[in-house]
This record gives sequence, C-alpha cells and structure tokens, in this order.
Amino acid sequence: MSELQKRQIQLEVLRYNPETDTAPRYQTYSVPCLDEWVVLDALNYVKDHLDPTLSYRWSCHMAVCGSCGMMVNGEPKLACKAFIHEYADQIKVEPMANFPIERDLVTSVEDFITKLASVKPYLIPKEDKPISAGEFKQTPAELKKFKQYTLCINCMLCYAACPQYGLVPEFLGPAAISMAHRYNQDSRDGGRDQRQEVVASNEGVWECSFVGACSEVCPKHVDPAGALQQVKVASTIDWYKEHLMPWVTK
Amino acid sequence: MSGKPYIREISKTTWFLSQPRYKRYMAREVTCIFIFAYTFLLIVALARLAQGPEAFQEFLNALRSPLGVLFNVAVLIATVYHSMSWFNVTPQAMPIQRGEEFVPGKIIVGAHYGAWAVVSLIILILGV
Amino acid sequence: MAKSNKPIFWGLFAAGGTVTAFVTPALVLVTLFAAMRFSPDLFTYQYLHAFAANWLGKLVIFGIILLSLWHAAHRLRVTVHDFGVRADTLVAYVVYGLAGLGTLLTIIYLLRI
Repeated sequence: MSELQKRQIQLEVLRYNPETDTAPRYQTYSVPCLDEWVVLDALNYVKDHLDPTLSYRWSCHMAVCGSCGMMVNGEPKLACKAFIHEYADQIKVEPMANFPIERDLVTSVEDFITKLASVKPYLIPKEDKPISAGEFKQTPAELKKFKQYTLCINCMLCYAACPQYGLVPEFLGPAAISMAHRYNQDSRDGGRDQRQEVVASNEGVWECSFVGACSEVCPKHVDPAGALQQVKVASTIDWYKEHLMPWVTK
Repeated sequence: MSGKPYIREISKTTWFLSQPRYKRYMAREVTCIFIFAYTFLLIVALARLAQGPEAFQEFLNALRSPLGVLFNVAVLIATVYHSMSWFNVTPQAMPIQRGEEFVPGKIIVGAHYGAWAVVSLIILILGV
Repeated sequence: MAKSNKPIFWGLFAAGGTVTAFVTPALVLVTLFAAMRFSPDLFTYQYLHAFAANWLGKLVIFGIILLSLWHAAHRLRVTVHDFGVRADTLVAYVVYGLAGLGTLLTIIYLLRI
C-alpha cells in the first residue's frame, strides 16, 4: 500500500438512531481510500477504525447477495459496485430512497418481501406429474425467453429508483412484477392466471408509467421496465378478449 | 426491528426535479398536451372544411398568424420528442425472439426510424 | 384484488402513441408549411375537401384523430397525477370526456363533408 495511491475522501453519511433521533442527520468521516476501493470498503474502514456504531447491511462484496443497496450521490447503487475512482473527493451516502429507515443505512425490507411473495415467484406446474414420468424439458430458446429475469438479486435498487413507488407505496413495483413475468414466460409454468389477480390490479402493473429508471439502475442489467410493458400488453389483450370476445375460452 | 422507522416524505409536486432522468420523463409526458391541442386544431380544421370554402379560408388566415406559426413550431418540437422517445423503447416493450436469440434492440429501433421516414415522406408528398 | 379496467384506455394509449409517433410530426410540418405559405397549391379547400369526401380519406382522418385524442387523454391523466393532483377519478372524467367530445365532433364534421 503506497501512500501515492491513497485519496482522502470525505464520506458524508446520513445517520439515524431510532432510540435517540427524531430525524436523520449527516455525519462526515474523513477516510483514506485506495483508488481501487468501492464505497463499501470506505464504510468498512469507518466501522473498523472511526466509528463502530455505524450500521449498514453487506455480505458478499461482489454484487451477488444484493444486501448493500444505498444511495451514492443520490443514485441507487450497490456499495460494493460503486468504485471510489469514479467519484470526486466528497461522496454522499444515504439509505435507499422510498424505504423507511431502520437505522443509519439500514432500511425496512418487509414491504418488498410481502409484495414479492404475493406474485407467487416459483414454478406452478401446468399439471402434476409423478417423478417417474421424468423431468419437465425445456429448449435453449424457451430458457432464453426468461433468463435475464432470473439474474435479479432482490437488491431493491429498482424500488429506490422508481418515483411511482415513492409516490404510491401500494404499487407492487418493478422487481416483483418482473419476477412474476419471469415465471409467466417459463414454458414449464401454468400459474399466470393466479399471478394476474395481483399483477393486473390497479396497484399492480397499472401504477407503472414507464419512467424506466428501474432498468437504468439495475446492477445485474435486468430490464424490469421492459417486463412491465410486456405485462401491460398481455393484460390489455386479456381484457379485450374477456370483454369483447367472451366466447373465446382461455 | 426497531420501534420507529423514519419515513422520508417526497414532494408530490416537485419530486421530478431531483434527477435528470425524471426531468426527461416529464418532458416526454408533457408532449401529450401539445398532441391534445394539435388534434383539436385538426378538428377545428375539419369543422371549417365542412362549412365551406369561405370558412376554411378564415381558418387558413388564422393559421397564418404569428401565433399559428409559433404554435405549429412548438408542437413540432414536442411531437418529434414524443416519436423518438416512443421508438427508442420499442425493443423493451416488444422484444422479438428469432430462434434462440433476441433480435438486437438497435435493429428494432432502426426499423421504426426507417418506417417513420417513409411515412413522413408520403405525408409530405401528399400534403405539401 | 380486482383486475383493473385500465387496459381499455391503455390499449388506446399504446395504439395512439404508435400512430402519433409515425404521423404527427409530418402532419405538423404540413400545417406549419401551410401557415408559412410554403404550400399554396395543396393545402387548399378543394384538395382537402376531396380527400375527406371519399370514405377511405374519412377513415384515415377518423383513425388518426381518434387515436391521437385517446393517446393524449390517457397520458394527460397520468401526467396530472405526476404533477401532484390526486383527484384521479375527476381528472379521468375530464380528460376522457374531452377525448370523447373530440371523437363525437370528428364523426359529425366528417359526415357533413
């Protein structure tokens, strides 16, 4: 570690202690950072050397676990993917927007978990098949159809980026709907009708106005905004079939 | 979990000023005001057309006022922005899978721009 | 949770968004040229009346106006909400009412040509 590679960064962190604070406040730490560090390394330095009371979530340090989502200079980022060399000497770190703050950079995830579970994000096979009948086969093309959506790590950055979720907290939101879309698109799945009850409601896909921010911030390059538009097209076709051609059985 | 999570309020009227991408989104959304107004201009043109040559000439004279020209220029800017923002997202809303691979987004967008040019040319040949 | 009825309007919004994206800029150029007296021969009563007098012309005009109206109306409903107005039902009645009125007037005027 040569001194030349080091940069003194002013890390401005939004802090909140539910036991003593009535509102969040900023605290600035002066952190000697190496140029190849990410914001998460800077936070770990603070925790280890400057202030052990700082709270934040992290685990894998390699953009797989989805725990360290936060606002870095106002942009939803994984702290483990936000490289120090891409920022000026002053970096502002805040908890993910649109979520209640539990403590410091830790936000509540209950709302998202409830919503994700409500769309039944698992395979609901079309018919029950005994194990002896063999596996459900799938071609590479059928896999490709939904594969990008399987890359979602539930980091919630898309919710932090979505202004409609911020304005209407009932909105089911980007990740939950694109996960529903992922299973709807799966050739082995037959659960779309069940998911549509939630997804095609007013608080479902119809709160989306295609701002597109969700897809821009996704650290795994999933395209939830695209998924939601496809869900709208399919739900619209459903509606016209149901109401204008009721004799067409599904 | 602690007893009192802190909820940050968002301004319902100024939220879109906080990020450039939200401003671009709002710019796209307000194009509908210009399209709405322009469509009513077309309806007025139809009404005057139905009333006869003198009425239509009055409409043309009104259109040729500085306000009429200015209105058309403003609508032109708004509708071009609408068209571009609309075509640019078509691969997201309507992806096309050929065999295993998805058709690259650039090709889908490019095809839309090409068709746009052809349609525009036909309208201009018919109308100018 | 009940399924939404928004698809009725969203379907028109999406179809209208596509049609306006393709035709409106060129249409505006035509009226702009007419406003600037660049096209004295074509943007005339005789030419436009002849276009609107046959059923195909009527259908094209009706299609473009109908879809432009309902595209703009639905997006305006969302935009008004985005600017902070929360009276969504009232806003929906107003914007869809305007689109409905425009549609009705278009039919009446086209039938008179």
